[in-house]
Amino acid sequence: MATTNMKVKVPVTVDADKCIAAKGCTVCVDVCPLDVLIIDMEKGVALMQYDECWYCTPCEVDCPTQAVTVDIPYLLK
Amino acid sequence: MMNAAMQERQVDVLVIGGGTAGPMAAIRAKESDPTLSVLLIEKANVKRSGAISMGMDGLNNAVIPGHSTPEQYVREITIANDGIVNQKAILAYATNSFQMIQRLDKWGVKFEKDETGEYAVKKVHHLGNYVLPMPEGHNVKKILYRQLRKNRVEITNRYKVTRILVDDQGRAAGVVAVDTRTAEITIIKARAVILCTGAAGRLGLPSSGYLFGTYENPTNAGDGHAMAFHAGAELSGIECYQINPLIKDYNGPACAYVTGPLGGYTANAHGERFIECDYWSGQMMLEFFKELQGGNGPVFLKVNHLAEETISTIENILHTNERPSRGRFHANRGTNYRHDMIEMHISEIGLCSGHSASGIWVNERAQTTIKGLYAAGDAACVPHNYMLGAFVYGEIAGVEAANYCKGVPFSEYDADYVEREVARIRAPLGKVGGITPYQAEYKIRRLVNDYLQPPKVTKKMEIALHRFAEIREDLSQMTAEDPHNLLRALEVYDILDCAEMAATASLYRTESRWGLYHYRVDHPEKDDEDWFCHVQLFKDERGEKACKSIPVEPYVYEPNDHEKQAYDKLRILTKEMA
Repeated sequence: MATTNMKVKVPVTVDADKCIAAKGCTVCVDVCPLDVLIIDMEKGVALMQYDECWYCTPCEVDCPTQAVTVDIPYLLK
Repeated sequence: MMNAAMQERQVDVLVIGGGTAGPMAAIRAKESDPTLSVLLIEKANVKRSGAISMGMDGLNNAVIPGHSTPEQYVREITIANDGIVNQKAILAYATNSFQMIQRLDKWGVKFEKDETGEYAVKKVHHLGNYVLPMPEGHNVKKILYRQLRKNRVEITNRYKVTRILVDDQGRAAGVVAVDTRTAEITIIKARAVILCTGAAGRLGLPSSGYLFGTYENPTNAGDGHAMAFHAGAELSGIECYQINPLIKDYNGPACAYVTGPLGGYTANAHGERFIECDYWSGQMMLEFFKELQGGNGPVFLKVNHLAEETISTIENILHTNERPSRGRFHANRGTNYRHDMIEMHISEIGLCSGHSASGIWVNERAQTTIKGLYAAGDAACVPHNYMLGAFVYGEIAGVEAANYCKGVPFSEYDADYVEREVARIRAPLGKVGGITPYQAEYKIRRLVNDYLQPPKVTKKMEIALHRFAEIREDLSQMTAEDPHNLLRALEVYDILDCAEMAATASLYRTESRWGLYHYRVDHPEKDDEDWFCHVQLFKDERGEKACKSIPVEPYVYEPNDHEKQAYDKLRILTKEMA
């Protein structure tokens, strides 16, 4: 069976101007219960890698620079 | 055989799951014997894991002197759970409830108190007073974390435990765990193992179709239920599903326990009350379901008749605690508590003793049917146990496990079993072009909705088991392109095990009980003559899911005759009905 990638809009967005992942911060990645965030090493910014969000908001609340915004996933918005 | 990429280590007490019960178990095990090595292993990160990741807005079952007694509480839960309870297990919770509140209070958890400093207990249950609000309860996890550090409990995050190892004497010997970021496998030998893995929350599919938009924290995929089953432990009350009344689509609590004492209530489309009591029980859910399906539906949470300051208070609690994104969900739709009723719906099914009764069978000492294996929290069968019950049973399990450790050596595990398990874990990593964990999970959970969601129908559940068996064969084709997807693939096995357990236990009990939770259309009546018993689910000699019944132990406190029917009469009688 062949596979494909399906694009979806993800609920967690990160403001690249505020994010300090380049300085070594990984708070949002660490606290996510579902481990859906990663650090984009090239850009030095956190991003949502997997669309598996409980919209629980520790990533947003614990972010030291208020760079993270959690929206309600579109399917249930 | 031992592989180069496989680690092995040993600890005295291994606690699986760092949400609510787990940290308490680890802290109390270490406090009772600081010489023990205690490891808390967590699939997410202990700082923000589990059902109370963002805190909790209240205690739903506080047994506080002056407001209620353990005896009253045991009677109430006995009736609320339709008689099928091990009262000794509930009594163990109730007698330890108050000291646990005091312990949490001392640690810094904030509970609502009146102007004299007394706990401000509210009435939500049908009979007694057990609800203690925590308007500033958002920092519970931080407080637990502080205690874990203080007691020097070792913590390992981002590991999924896949199986419990049992020695040839049938004692727990350790676990197999996999790093969810590197896929590295570790064998952890332990004298005692405590399962605190939470609910099986990714069982039914939310009606939004979003796999992770569940009522429970979706990290809780039923790992512990599946592991207990494979280790040979008994589970109980699996047919008593969890189904909750929630904000439609958002799928979080509405939350009647918070709004009820302030004057809010569950209403039909006309804004009228239709149930006498908003406490979550199967009987209440059946009335909720009927109203939802009937001409007066759907169902709403009504607070728009309340004063501005009351509504502000409600918003302040609901939008900062437990599920704080409720506020932005309402804002997106332009729903304002001041003007609008909030549309509600019923949740997907789950297995969760915190709210209903299904879980790993434990006695009043948190012991499972396997020596050296304990369970606590939403995963363990102590009906209606909620957060405070998780703390109390975490404590019981921690102290019991610490004592047990003193008398037992480390056991040897079966190396062949480990080898097969390692092969099972690694299989999806090597596959190319197979079924993705997402597809496998979606299909199983869609079938759970189609065939297992109450009202339960015999033939439908039989079809479900047939389809699940087909999917089990498909799982050999499951593919995982990275360690994260391997985690999801392994969870698919847990979800399938829980789905099969749900169908098997439901088919076994040929009566209806617990209102909507076990409403069997072709066996619509409660049958105390044949079914006043626990249904135990276990692994038979062929490795299949099987059931047996065991009697309900004689009650410690017989419910009062005039109270026995209280939860059967939840619908408010209209003039015509009266």
